Amino acid sequence: MKLGQIVEKLHLETRVAVDALDNEVNNGYVSDLLSDVLANAEKGNLWITLQIHPNIVAIAGMKELAGIVIINAREPEEETISKADQERLPIMVSSMSAFELCGKLYALGLSGTKDNAEGI
Amino acid sequence: MPWGCPGLKIMLKEFKMDLHIHTCLSPCAQSEMLPTAIIKKAREQNLDALGICDHNSAENITAVRKAAHRAGLRVLAGMEICSREEVHVLAFFEDDDALMRMQTIVYENLPGENNEKYFGEQLIADEYDKVVGSTKKLLIGSTTLGVNEIVASAHSLGGLTVASHIDRESFSIIGQLGFIPKDLPLDALEISPRCNPDEIENYKSYGLPLITSSDAHLLSDIGRVFTKFLLSALSFSEVAMAFRGIQGRAVSI
Repeated sequence: MKLGQIVEKLHLETRVAVDALDNEVNNGYVSDLLSDVLANAEKGNLWITLQIHPNIVAIAGMKELAGIVIINAREPEEETISKADQERLPIMVSSMSAFELCGKLYALGLSGTKDNAEGI
Repeated sequence: MPWGCPGLKIMLKEFKMDLHIHTCLSPCAQSEMLPTAIIKKAREQNLDALGICDHNSAENITAVRKAAHRAGLRVLAGMEICSREEVHVLAFFEDDDALMRMQTIVYENLPGENNEKYFGEQLIADEYDKVVGSTKKLLIGSTTLGVNEIVASAHSLGGLTVASHIDRESFSIIGQLGFIPKDLPLDALEISPRCNPDEIENYKSYGLPLITSSDAHLLSDIGRVFTKFLLSALSFSEVAMAFRGIQGRAVSI
């Protein structure tokens, strides 16, 4: 599924890299611990988090994630935006909580990372 | 004459210290953060001592200390260790042996390899600012050690521990854990230059000394805030006494 379709259907507000919304999203990953994302997220995942620190851009870049959705209407820091702009990494903001957002992402057909999804 | 004798007057003097400065070893710090450049700026800012605290590493301490020695400045040797809860803790040590033992503990519990493209360079310099190498450890990452294990390890090596920038949301003990656990024997708490002054009383309620430091990642950050220590001399043990409020030693921001 294209990131742009998810943005449109769930009314996410894109804060940076609007022109990179044709990124393909395979699955989703939710975590607020950066080290956990580094260890467990997979390439092409959409990352759902409340973290707004610039380090999220480096983590997403290294893991080749499709984009980041920041929940609870929290706004990314200025430096996070400028780094994401350089990296062409889309960052979206949602007023939903992580629980609601994930429910809606599942309803759209997205699921967790492959290993975990097999357990369902 | 023994300590604490009522007739004894100890001469105490105020020392300005910025105890949280990164070098070019920290991937997020600027490459200009070289030993003599740091010391030059610290002197311009009239600091008496500075603390060097790179992320999860102490590999530039010796170089900075030698550069400081030439300029008549003192260095408190430390590290900013990241716990598995992503809490940053400053740990300071009196002697190099203890510092290197702490670095070994950290390195043994620090997974991953740095990727310069995403996180930045991790440069090791000599005392004259010549870059002599780099480290491959993922210094931006977190250790697998809990914050209580880090404090316990540092204390067992005679170190002092300070919770970093507790007013910030990211990588602070309050941001990550909600509050400071009562049974965690920290020696002090650090507030950042951006701390809201209205919150300071709140932080004082933890009953621990409060310091403020620049958390410098570039030269112009150094000394933008500092902590005043009232000591009889500039030494690690005097700083420890100030944290404990022993015999008139004190810390103020």
